[in-house]
Amino acid sequence: MRVSTTVNGTPHVADDVWEGESLLYLLRERFALFGSKNACEQGECGSCSVYLDGTLVCACLVLGGQANGREIVTIEGLDGAKVQQAFVVAGAVQCGFCTPGLVVAAHDLLNRVPNPTDAQIREALAGNICRCTGYAKIIDAVRLAAGSA
Amino acid sequence: MRIGESVLRPDGPAKARGDFVYSSDLRVDGMLWGATVRSPHPYARIVSIDTMEAGAMPGVKAVLTHQDVPGRNLYGLEIEDQPVLASEVVRYWGEAVALVAAEHPEQARRAAEKLRVEYEVLQPVTDPDYALTSDAPRLHPDGNITRRVKIRHGEADPTADIVVKGEYEIGMQDQAPLGPESGLAIPDGEGGVDLHIATQWLHIDQKQLAGVLGLPPEKVRLTMAGIGGAFGAREDLSMQAHACMLALKTGRPVKISYSRTESFVGHVHRHPGRLIYEHGANRDGRLVYVKARILLDGGAYASSSTAVIANASCFAAGPYRCPNANIDGMVVYTNNPPCGAMRGFGSVQNCYAHEAQMDKLAEALGMDPVELRMRNALETGDEMITGQVIDGPVPVAELLRRVLSMPLPASGEFSGRAGRVLDGLVPQGEGGDVELTSRPGGVSNATHGESVVRGVGYAVGFKNIGYSEGFDDYSTARVRLSVADGRPRVEVHTASAEVGQGLVTVQAQIAATEIGVTDVVVLNADTRVGSSGSSSASRQTYITGGAVKAASEAVRERVLELAQSELRAASGLRIENDAVVDAVGNQVIALATLLGDAVIDETREFRPRRTHHLDPETGQANAHMQYAFAAHRAVVDVDTELGLIKVVELATAQDVGKAINPIAVQGQLEGGAAQGLGLAVMEEIQVKDGVIRNASFTDYLLPTILDMPPVRMDILELGDPNSPYGLKGVGEPPTISSGPAIVAAIRAATGREITRVPVRPHDLTL
Repeated sequence: MRVSTTVNGTPHVADDVWEGESLLYLLRERFALFGSKNACEQGECGSCSVYLDGTLVCACLVLGGQANGREIVTIEGLDGAKVQQAFVVAGAVQCGFCTPGLVVAAHDLLNRVPNPTDAQIREALAGNICRCTGYAKIIDAVRLAAGSA
Repeated sequence: MRIGESVLRPDGPAKARGDFVYSSDLRVDGMLWGATVRSPHPYARIVSIDTMEAGAMPGVKAVLTHQDVPGRNLYGLEIEDQPVLASEVVRYWGEAVALVAAEHPEQARRAAEKLRVEYEVLQPVTDPDYALTSDAPRLHPDGNITRRVKIRHGEADPTADIVVKGEYEIGMQDQAPLGPESGLAIPDGEGGVDLHIATQWLHIDQKQLAGVLGLPPEKVRLTMAGIGGAFGAREDLSMQAHACMLALKTGRPVKISYSRTESFVGHVHRHPGRLIYEHGANRDGRLVYVKARILLDGGAYASSSTAVIANASCFAAGPYRCPNANIDGMVVYTNNPPCGAMRGFGSVQNCYAHEAQMDKLAEALGMDPVELRMRNALETGDEMITGQVIDGPVPVAELLRRVLSMPLPASGEFSGRAGRVLDGLVPQGEGGDVELTSRPGGVSNATHGESVVRGVGYAVGFKNIGYSEGFDDYSTARVRLSVADGRPRVEVHTASAEVGQGLVTVQAQIAATEIGVTDVVVLNADTRVGSSGSSSASRQTYITGGAVKAASEAVRERVLELAQSELRAASGLRIENDAVVDAVGNQVIALATLLGDAVIDETREFRPRRTHHLDPETGQANAHMQYAFAAHRAVVDVDTELGLIKVVELATAQDVGKAINPIAVQGQLEGGAAQGLGLAVMEEIQVKDGVIRNASFTDYLLPTILDMPPVRMDILELGDPNSPYGLKGVGEPPTISSGPAIVAAIRAATGREITRVPVRPHDLTL
């Protein structure tokens, strides 16, 4: 199967895609975009969060074939400098494996809700697991990114 | 950049942009993918293995079994008891039996399904108490007891006014680092191999790999790949030997990256335990004795079980003065998943028990539970139950005082510090608004406050820092000063694992502080430099930090010698901000000018003070090098109708000796507490008949941002006279007493005697 998709504004084509390949596999192993992470591959941890036609999704839960003709934005193509900087400054990055997914999810939250309450931050990021930080500094980072708008 | 300043991670921007390369992101042209064939039985004899069909599958380049292990088919951290690929018998569900390499990972997985293994299924030993009986099959040649630790301290048969007893059970916790076990092995064409790997200790991997591959260590070179968390899960070999074997066999690079489900069988877990305790005290609350029988289930292979049971036994009485102790610690082999290192390392299991016992004792005495703890708190110069006189700051009572004095969360009415509120109350959200997410059950909308009771609980814990019992603990650092682009630059090279904890900044801060140079780069870890030991036991800032300090001091001395001889300058020179300055701070010469083309390169090993083996009959010894302490307070709301729990707040006080990087220290205290919360109320690998029933993040519940409350922190820097800069290990104490404080709060809220963690809804309702 051939999959033609736009990733971060650039057309990408993959040939001989096996029907079971996920969008995450496509991004990582065929397009060498390793920023979307492979932590659970079951839609539980949010580490592979990307935009699919503007909607936040777990790339592991989208079949590669479903991405045909769609527009994908990954951590590599995100206009997320403000959020990324806030994560670094707030100390919200430790091992960092969850960070790209959290940055995309926080970016999506701030697009929808520019000045979220703590409860809104918690609800929006509830699909992203971090094993290192205990989340306190992640909340700090989102507050910081919102404040620097 | 100096020690004591909050320094941002140099790898932070790349991690936030998605550019940082983790072990699962490695890729090289022409590489194959490896897959592992695993046992579907917890205990079985292997009758035959047929590789024909698997080998004929599309894309398959190699199928390997135990017959293809080039060296010794046994490895292990402390006891070599685990085969690289099972040969005669499989001892746990998911044990590796064979390997496949193919062009596409799905080809490898499908070929692995076609491998035919005929098993003679045996009745597994799944109960650790049964494993101790003479009826149980011997799972290893020396029997089923991996290690027994006896601690006999004080009188043999003491009596006390008040006696409380309890039995406690701890579930099996998973480290669940987000990065899967993964790596890339590249054959060098001359019989050797280069392995790019995420591990906690490169050199112990190298040593074990050399043995199983039948190669001299210099032919097995390891380079650290980006590590997506560890927490103990990366101390043992997982896919390392398998990838190397496939690469050496096929002559092509081989990548292996586990799925989450495979990860659950690909690394060891925290030991589940059964702990039977008896505490005796005088009427004034002073402990007379502690008796304990601690049984840990080590599962199929030893891993680090022998050290875990030593910790569980040595710290069985908690950080309290206890003149008499009789502790029997045992860790046994079963056919359950192998257990080994996880953050807290044996001190977590016993803390649940000794802290529950202290609360029980307080109730029996009619005494406040915090007052009881403070009355018995260890102090500097006290003797532990191992006979070791504990030195350096021992702020047990002070830490308790501090968490006690922190303000409680705004809402709720409390009938005393460990009191309970029986009438319904509606907890307030962080912003003052009532939010569903702040209640037990969260957005399930399970309660509007009815049947919700609040409790407050306290716990204090401690553990050893660094290796114990005579293990030669050391680290090696190479520090190199040269001039690059007209500026002095320092490179720090060690083999230590940056697992996320922030060692990368600590090394740079120490070098910058000691040498007075602003541009410090920490090189990627590999085996071209000497061992630094593992990133475990909260030891790296102390031990590798000590090595970097020593090597940096040596570089500094050489610079100052050079300055004095070149310039015939007076003594009392220092280096500050890239220049040699005199005693009053005036610049004598810029470092770049002084050095020119010269390179100053020094390598040093650092060793802390020695430790000694526990006496096999009495458990008495100076077995540990440093101790670290933390106290926690938890505020918990419980919906008593549904058995749902909301941890409202955690508060902690911890002595870190010296906070080298305060923002990273805070991150350790918060993140460690989250892992403690996980074991207390949700995380458990459920094993039935030797089979893991929840090997996924869908079914193994980890704390999310909705589960983890804010953490109030009080970080003390009391300064240990024995350690570099006075620092203490930081990483593990937050995971020790946080969970027991939560369970104490649940007990206080509900009045129930909770004896098992994680606490499940039916423990609170039935």
